[in-house]
Formats: sequence, structure tokens, C-alpha cells
Amino acid sequence: MDRRAFLKLSAASVGAVMLAPEAAAVKLPNPLARAPASWFDGEVSSVLTFCENCFWKCGVRASVADGRVWKVDGYAANPKSRGRLCPRGQGAVAQTYDPDRLKRPLIRVEGTQRGDGKYREASWDEALGVIASGMLAIKERYGSESMAFFAHGSGDTWFGEYLPAAWATPNVGKPSVSLCTGPRETASQWTFGRGIGGHEPIDWENTDYIVLIGHHIGEDTHNTQLQDFSLALKRGAELVVVDPRFSVAASKAGRWLPIKPGTDTALLLAWLHVLVTEELYDKAYVERYTVGFEQLAAHVQPFTPEWAADITDLDADAIRTVARELAAHAPRAVVPPGRHTVWYGNDTQRMRALYLVNALLGNYGVEGGFYLAQAPYLEPYPHPAFPLEPAAGGCSGASGGETLDTGFRARVDDGRFFAHTTAVQELIPAMISGEPYRIAGLIAYGVNLFHSIPDVARTQEALRKLDLYVAIDVLPMDHVMWADVILPEATYLERYDDLVAIAHKTPFIELRQPAVDPMWDTKPGWWIARELGLRLGLDAYFDWPDIEAYLDKRLRTIGSSLEQAKAKGTLVQRGRPYLADWEARNLNPFGTPSGRIELYSQTFADAGFDPLPTYEPPNDGPPGSYRLLYGRSPVHTFAKTQNNWVLMEMHGQNAVWIHTAEAEALGVASGDYVWLENQDGVRDGPVAVYATERLRRDCVYLVHGFGHRAKGMRVADGRGASDTALMSRYRLDPISGGAGMRVNFVKLVPGAPRPRLPSLRKLAERSV
Amino acid sequence: MPRYAMAIDLAACVGCAACAVACKLENEVPAGVDRLWIRLEERGTFPDLAMQYRPEQCLHCAEPPCVPVCPTGASHVTADGLVLVDAETCIACGACIAACPYDARYFDPRGFVGKCTFCEHRIVQGQLPACVETCPTLCRTFGDLDDPESDVSRAIRAARRVDVLKPEQGTRPKLVYLNTPARFGLAAEGALP
Repeated sequence: MDRRAFLKLSAASVGAVMLAPEAAAVKLPNPLARAPASWFDGEVSSVLTFCENCFWKCGVRASVADGRVWKVDGYAANPKSRGRLCPRGQGAVAQTYDPDRLKRPLIRVEGTQRGDGKYREASWDEALGVIASGMLAIKERYGSESMAFFAHGSGDTWFGEYLPAAWATPNVGKPSVSLCTGPRETASQWTFGRGIGGHEPIDWENTDYIVLIGHHIGEDTHNTQLQDFSLALKRGAELVVVDPRFSVAASKAGRWLPIKPGTDTALLLAWLHVLVTEELYDKAYVERYTVGFEQLAAHVQPFTPEWAADITDLDADAIRTVARELAAHAPRAVVPPGRHTVWYGNDTQRMRALYLVNALLGNYGVEGGFYLAQAPYLEPYPHPAFPLEPAAGGCSGASGGETLDTGFRARVDDGRFFAHTTAVQELIPAMISGEPYRIAGLIAYGVNLFHSIPDVARTQEALRKLDLYVAIDVLPMDHVMWADVILPEATYLERYDDLVAIAHKTPFIELRQPAVDPMWDTKPGWWIARELGLRLGLDAYFDWPDIEAYLDKRLRTIGSSLEQAKAKGTLVQRGRPYLADWEARNLNPFGTPSGRIELYSQTFADAGFDPLPTYEPPNDGPPGSYRLLYGRSPVHTFAKTQNNWVLMEMHGQNAVWIHTAEAEALGVASGDYVWLENQDGVRDGPVAVYATERLRRDCVYLVHGFGHRAKGMRVADGRGASDTALMSRYRLDPISGGAGMRVNFVKLVPGAPRPRLPSLRKLAERSV
Repeated sequence: MPRYAMAIDLAACVGCAACAVACKLENEVPAGVDRLWIRLEERGTFPDLAMQYRPEQCLHCAEPPCVPVCPTGASHVTADGLVLVDAETCIACGACIAACPYDARYFDPRGFVGKCTFCEHRIVQGQLPACVETCPTLCRTFGDLDDPESDVSRAIRAARRVDVLKPEQGTRPKLVYLNTPARFGLAAEGALP
């Protein structure tokens, strides 16, 4: 069997897989052709910036020749990339030259409905004028709070913070909190008094024993983390992976625990039980740094490995062994928190249980466990005080937007969640119901509303009810083609953004700067925010003439300058990574009410929540259905990269993974196409079947981000199925506001047609 | 002269394809063809499983079957041991494609045969091949086999196991695989470069 035939069999492999049928179709060569000149033959200049093809923010060097970016690489001085890049970073350049990009402002044709997708081109002045007059009308009629902003990406500093704060609305959401990291951040805040932050502070270089729970390192290619993970394994660190699916990380593990989905908290409680009852915990650390051990010790008595074995479908001895091995390697043993933690709606408690295991190992703030990440010193631009502070918070879920004493109405989800983090999905109902007050306008910046927020039908209903809906994006994404006004943003290689301050072992600041001019009539986010601000009468906040002046002023607060930052790309500061570094200065890193690690949370008890984590069984699905699990492709970022032909050559569609025996019983085989139908009758697909031994029989698995229904994205459109489309339900985490999404079930409906799609090679040849 | 070689540590590789994407852009490899691809193999039954990703590309064999069959001399071996194609003299007859036991060559739609060059244009400037430089798992090493202190020599020395593809072909590849998972035998005793 040759490699192409072989690769065709495996829906899960990457690299040339989708090429298989096309390779044979390559035209006969022309013997008269000559080798073309290469981009690197002439003069190549370098520009230091940071990547935007995921949100890890790796420092990159863009290679420019003849006014075009050809290649993007990491550079050694940057603590995120360390000279290396993941596939998404390498492939990002293809997005800049994607002919399907939004090229100039668009206004929805009068008389059409949202979702009809009929647009006319407009000038920036006209488009911004329509938006400004719409916003001002909403303000006059309902108040400024009735405008909502959803934002994600580096430009969210403009559209999730600066502009909405100047405009004065608390209704600002980022999907990176309640649809992703919210529970782990909330739990960390109320256990350690510190968040986790965008870059998980695991002391990989010193750890000897790693336990990953549903944490798909390898399929999730966050660059530095993958480097650190790989180096730790090379160094001989032991790895245990807990996952219903034999993930790539599981294939590297000495021990794989194929847990029943939704039962992770029971496993963690059993580990706590073993650590406590066998007195394997770090007594000195617990004594010195924690409160509530007595309550915890009493609480975990019933949670024996045998109790957990029944629930988790794991072996009791294996559970006990892992707890003992963790303790044997402590404090150089760690259970990292993972990233996407909105699973079953009781997620803050699961994350609390996970942190308590780490605390008993005595690893927090200690070499080989969690280091203490710090943000670099940097001052905001000296603008007049905003009427409201930025509300959305970052990936770390820091809360803001408190409206007390400001004279503004509270956020529409205010008071529903203990953590005060903005739950982006909970801003949607107010668009439909008008309760507690009406959200009448929405600006969506870089957030794919239909591929991130569960219950897509509800989102669409909400969009229909708005007075004004604006989308700012690079591509004509599914949700973009519903907007009243569409603004085309320049790609990251064509623009400045605000500075980013990265909390890290060595805190640092990175500069985003353009490598080339914007293509077509596209504009950077800062320019759009400023021009809109000026039209809204917010001149006082936009007194900076251009972004260079803004950046230079901020950089001068730390004794640097724009000129220096442009040359260096990254400005690194010193950190205080370990408890000893804090204690040497008489500082306490634990920002909890008690000033210690709170094994028992009195704050939770006072608020009516379990002060110690408990296990709740997950919901069951209808007979004949499978729990829908989802994850990531190493070459894709959420739903943002499926129109990138280079990345799509590597992984061009998702497949529904199902256990071989289940597939056989259903009469489907790998490569067959099926529909997926969920518990509420929502269908998506067609999608190819991947029958495999690599997951349990009670679940199926989809890589997230595929299944675009967006005619203008000619590469992405119609390839694979959308997991989000099948999430008509979610279960709220009352503590963090997170939307638990692993509560949906699907059936496979055989007999779906194989989609007829244009060849990737033909689509790629359109690149500009 | 150096004797360039590459080693890929399969215990570290996660099949993320950063190497394949870097190759595509560095070398402007057209859509529809590829110089570097990744093979996934899975073994066993639930829950007793094993799998490996294996990136594959031209192995720059010391005894390359693709070179003697070239009628024009376009396929050649450089003094550094790189197996290259001179696009100017290549007539795209396809003899080398048929001769390669590893399926590592392709017709470039621009009218010549393409393949991995170990990024010769980079190594002459003292840089690493694009795939080696970017790999986020650090699974690739490159260098001079005749220099015992080169990255690749040290990696091969430190490996628990070293394999080559299709050793029975006698091609003596200069791309080797390190630390193949126990269940995946390539078996190559005595066939090392």
C-alpha cells in the first residue's frame, strides 16, 4: 500500500491527508518550464511582531521580500516562541493573502433580513457613520448600557475594553472566559487567591510526574507548553493521562486512565482520600500555607478508590497507585488545570478538587509544581477616567465592570454568578426578552457567534431582534454575514495593536507591528475604534493622533520607547516565580480572604455553595445516543483557520470518532458519511465516520471548528460538522458562569451523501 | 565535507504538522503536492493501545536509487551528501519518482520534479532546515554525521533505539528515526548511515 492510499484510511492523521485524492490529478509537467526564483533569493527584511493565529501570542519574525510576507518564524529572545512556531503560526501568512477576505466595508441591502447575506459596498465614512448614528440612537432611547460588545483576539483591547469603557456599557463579553477558562480561574482565585492566566504557570522544567486530565497537549499546540511538555518527557518525567479518548498525550503516557466522561471529580476526590488517609500529603506545607485541612480530611473519608472505581469505570488499584506516585514525586509532581474547563456545569468544584490535590502535594509556588506568574510593569495610556471600567476581563477571567456607585445599570447577567465574571452567553437572553433591560445593539469583534456560543438558534433569534448588529472581522464568517454593517479588519501582519503584557515566569511586553501595508481597503482595529470613538463624541479618550504616539507614550512609562520595542520585539522583566522569592521580600502571594491556600472555602459556604468539592453525576442521554465530546486539531484554532488552504491541506475536515464496535453495530465504517442528530433533533453534517479503538463506547468525538456554513469562505464552507451546532443545551456553572457544554448527546444517522466540494488545490491557486 | 543527516525522535513527535507547514511556505511547495508528510499508525484494542506519528520526507540516501536512473543528471548528490534535483535540467520524465522506494518525490506543476532538499539554501547560510527549526516538540535534530559533537550525532548516540525506513532496500538513508515506540518495529540493525 503506498502512503497516499494508507493515509486516506485514517481520518485522524494530519499532513497531506486531504491531498490524497488530488495528488493523482496533478497536471502533466511542462518540460519547458524553468525553476522559479525563490522568495529568499533576493533581499529579505525582518519585522518582529507576535502571532495572532491563536491567542498564545508567540513572538515572531516575519520575513518580507518584494512587499510580501513569505514566512513567519519564532525568534529566540521571545519567551513564548523561543525560536519555534506551531503549525498555525507557520501557516498564518496564508490568511493575509486569502482572496476570500473581507476587502471593504459592507452594508446590508435595505429590505433584506439578517442572515440573507445581501450586501453593498460602502466607504469607511459611510459605514462608520451608520454605526455611530445607530449607537447614539440606542443610547438616547435605552441608555448606553444597551449596547453590547463581544470581542476576542488582540484587538479585544479596543472592542472589549477601551471603546466600551469610554462609551459606558458593562455588557461586554469575551468567549475566553465563560466558554473556556472561567471555572479554572474562579476556582484558582478562591483557592490560591491568584488566577491561572493565559499562560498556565506550570513549572515544566522541574517537574518529574505529570497528570493530565482531559488536557490535550499535542492536539492543542500552544507552542511554549508543547515545547515544555516535550522537554519534560525527554528528561524522563512520568506522565499519566486521564481521558475517555486515547489522545496524542495519552499515547505518550506511561499510564492511560480511560475515565467515564463526567466523573473526573470522583477520581480527584479519591486521590484526596488516599493522600489524606495514607498521610501522604506534605504536612509542613499544609501547616504553613493552608487553612481548612481538618474539614477536608473529614470530608474525603468516604471517597475511597473503590467508591471512585464504580463511578469512573477505572481500576481502584490504578487510582490508588497514581495518588501514591504523585506523593512519591511531590513537590515535583503536578496536575495542571487544562484550559477549556466548561464541561458539565459543576466545573468550579471539579477545578477546586484538582487544586486541592496540588496543594496537598505542596507544589504551589514550589519548583516542579506551579510557579507564581507575574504581569510585567506597564502603565495604561493616560486617558481621562472611563465612566465604567473595562468589564470583560481577560482569558484569566478577572472580573470588572462593577457598576456600584457609577450611576450606570448593572450588567444584564449581574448577580447570577458568584464570580462576577461576564458570562458572554448570558448576555444573549436579554437581547430576546428585554429583561432586566433591553440589549439593542451588538458589536462582534473576532468572535464567531455561531461556532462558540452554544444554542445557536437562540443566538440567531437574538440577532434578529437587535436594532444594530455590527461585525468586525477578517473573513466573511458565518455570523458576520448577518450583520447590518461589516467592517473588514487588516490581518495581524498588516497592523499595530495595543501592547500585550504577559504574566509569566519572566514577565514581558510584546509589540504587534505591521510587516506590510493592509491589503485592499482594510483597516487595523485601533483605527476603527478611534474613528468610531470620534464619531460618538468620545474625543477625550482618543486624543492620540495615531497608534505610534499611543504606543510610544505607554512604552515611555517603563523607560522604553516605540523605537526600541520595534527593534527588540519583546521587553523582558524579572519575575518572582517561587514562594521563596516572595518570602525573601516579606510578600504574601495568596490573595484569598485568609491570606492562605483555602482548602475549605468559607466564602463559598457563606454564599451557599459547597465549601469543599463534591461529586455530581453527569446527565444521561437518550437510548442509542453518545455523549458528544470535542477537542482540537493541532493545525486549527477554534473556527478561525478553516479557510487557510495550507492548514486545510494538513487537516481539511473533521470526522466523528466512534468506537469500532459501536460503528459495526450501526453498520457504518470509516469513511462513510453520516448526519449527526442531537437530543433535541438538531442535525449537522454530513460528516465522515472514523471508527477507532481510541475512545470509549459511550461517547463520540469531534474536532471543534469545522462545519462552516459560510458561502464566502470557499475553502471552509461545507467541510465537516460543527460541534457547536449540536450543542443546543448547556449547563450553567452557578459559581463561575461557565457554560458546561459536554451535556449534549448525538445519534449517528447513516446514509448521508458525501459532500461535493471544490478541490483544495484549485482553491489554493486563487491566493493573491 | 560535512555529511548531513537528520534524526526524528518519534517518542517526542506529536504529529502536529508544524514541520509540514513550515516546509510548504519556506519552499513555496504548491498546493496538491508535498515534500513532507506525516503518517499515523495505531495498534491494539481498547484500552490496550499504541500509536505513533511519523513524519516522512526524502531520506537523502547514501545509495539513492533515484540518482542513477536520471537520464539528464538533474538528480544528483552534492559533495555534502544532499540528494537534489536541478530544476533547469530536469525533464520531468518521472524515472526518479518511480525509483524512489519512499514515494518522496513529486511532479511540481511548474514542470520539474520536487522533493525535500534539507533546505540546502538555509544550511549553506548556517541555518537549520525549516522543519527542524520550527518543531515545537524539539523532535528533530540535524547536522554533520562525521562530527561526533553535532546535534544529530549526539541525538543518535543518546537514543534507546535507532531505525531507518526499508533497510532491505540498501539505500542507507541519512534520515533516521529515534526511539520508535516499542510496538512499532521498523527494524534496522546494521543499516544505519
